[in-house]
Amino acid sequence: MELLFTQILNGIVYGVLMFLLAAGLSLIFGLMNVVSLVHGSFFMLGAFLGLTLQQATGSFWIALALAPLPAALVGIVMEILLIRRLYARGHLDQVLLTFGFTFVFFDLVKWVWGANVRSLPPPPLLDGMVTLIGGPFPVYRLFLIGVGLALALLMWLLLERTRIGAMVRAGVDDSAMALGLGINIPLLFTAIFALGAALAALAGVAAGPVIGLYLGMDIEIMIPAFIVIVVGGTGTLKGAFVGSLLIGIVDTIGKAYFPDAALFLIYLLMVIVLLTRPQGLFGVARLS
Amino acid sequence: MGAPMAETDPPRRYRPLRRQGLWVAAVVALALVPPLGGSYLGNIVVEVLIFAILAMSLDLILGYTGLISFGHATYFGIGAYAAILCGGVLGLGGWLGLLVGIVGAGAAAAAIGAICTRVGGIPFLMLTMAFGQLVYSVSLKWRGLTGGSDGIGGLARPSLFGWSLNDPLAFYYTVLALFLLSYFALRRLIDSPLGHVFVGIRENESRMRAIGYPTRRYKQVAFIIAGAFGGLSGGLYALFNGFISPESLHWTASGDVLMMVILGGVGTLVGPVIGTAVFLIMKNLVSSYNDHWMMIVGVIFVCCVMFFRQGLYGWLLGRLGGGR
Repeated sequence: MELLFTQILNGIVYGVLMFLLAAGLSLIFGLMNVVSLVHGSFFMLGAFLGLTLQQATGSFWIALALAPLPAALVGIVMEILLIRRLYARGHLDQVLLTFGFTFVFFDLVKWVWGANVRSLPPPPLLDGMVTLIGGPFPVYRLFLIGVGLALALLMWLLLERTRIGAMVRAGVDDSAMALGLGINIPLLFTAIFALGAALAALAGVAAGPVIGLYLGMDIEIMIPAFIVIVVGGTGTLKGAFVGSLLIGIVDTIGKAYFPDAALFLIYLLMVIVLLTRPQGLFGVARLS
Repeated sequence: MGAPMAETDPPRRYRPLRRQGLWVAAVVALALVPPLGGSYLGNIVVEVLIFAILAMSLDLILGYTGLISFGHATYFGIGAYAAILCGGVLGLGGWLGLLVGIVGAGAAAAAIGAICTRVGGIPFLMLTMAFGQLVYSVSLKWRGLTGGSDGIGGLARPSLFGWSLNDPLAFYYTVLALFLLSYFALRRLIDSPLGHVFVGIRENESRMRAIGYPTRRYKQVAFIIAGAFGGLSGGLYALFNGFISPESLHWTASGDVLMMVILGGVGTLVGPVIGTAVFLIMKNLVSSYNDHWMMIVGVIFVCCVMFFRQGLYGWLLGRLGGGR
């Protein structure tokens, strides 16, 4: 029982990390109809940038605060220079473009940081254990849960309670109409893409002390994030949030209790959701 | 071309003839590779032909049915593993192994396709990629069956009418024959009423559904056919290489196949063959003295998408003033 509690907490940690990625992906997909395969790369890039910044400044906090900036910048440049030109073409082109970039970033990380597994120590302030019901639990992970929930709340407020959020929601529903009403959709696209990139990089730095830094962490977070989006439904923050926590908890508990079947559990969950609600738990059914 | 021909546009019925001439020339050139080019070139061409089957099968769903699959290396891998496990480890022999590879990959495509076709567009590609990584993880972790990251080998080449395929010449012509067979089978399929339904789904799925076609079923059928041809390609690769490892199922391998199709020209069937040749030859040349092969692939990928969307074959057709 105590172990189960600890595992659920671990699942939530994994879930909030995925949420940071899935929220950006889901919004980008809902708004721009683009799936950005390169977001996993921003996650990996952010983690390694964080490592370099941490080594240079000696402070984890500076790394956490600064690493998302270059990622956002790359996102802005990519969106304006390349992705924007492809809106008139089909999905395939945009997806392929971001897919090409996953190769580029993968090689870039290998080039700059090498292929070895690296570790990013948690900040000294949070580098300890705290005793909970289930026994000792790392303080840093509790901190991650707090940060993840706070960011989720912040994003929800941004989307639901501000003018900008209203514009984004209008764009998700019908971007042509929103454009007709005078909303600067291209600017919104760029901003959301950059925000998604920054969140992914932030998640990368935050995840560093928990999962370590290695080549291939990009795809390892992307695949479950895809499943989160399919399970939660596209274009909804709520779907990304609930989906992330659900997948995170199911995957972690599966790995702890059914190690042989753990690989399939989240796929099984996804298949069940698809069979009962093809649009995802919180997705709105649309006529294609 | 001769001057009198250039004055008036040649009548339409002459064109297929010219195309046929080009075809005969291409086949003859391929048939002459081993005697003239030697075994080194022969091996490269064999590899190109094997991967060209895979690229053509992806083109069937990507270019003709409009299904964006990001996990096509999966069926190649399943075909290769099945061929080695049944043909080699169980000792059923190369031919039965190849057959099991085709059927196994088709069956896997049926199962995965049944789930993935429930969603369309972007979620479809996310799911194909996710299932691709699932199969990859299985091939990596089920060490008892697959040998884990070391891979698995031990498939002997069978013989054909008493001619052992260990003879490079015999193997070359077998692969060439199977490649041509695959090409004509896929071409015939695309020109058939079934193929026209596929193209209809690509162009406008809602309309096809409105006319009464159960589009999901048709998409599944296309996915299964593509998977089976992918399995054929993988099985042939197992015979060619005698060895398969999880690397061949990795998402980057699926990316390579996509690249072959796009480089050559999506939805042309011939284009992916050209794309495969260019891609593999480039890979052989570049990766031997340059570590940054992935970056190069990525950049070519991006450039192709941005500036060279019609692919090599489309470009060639444009230059030759041909058209379809």
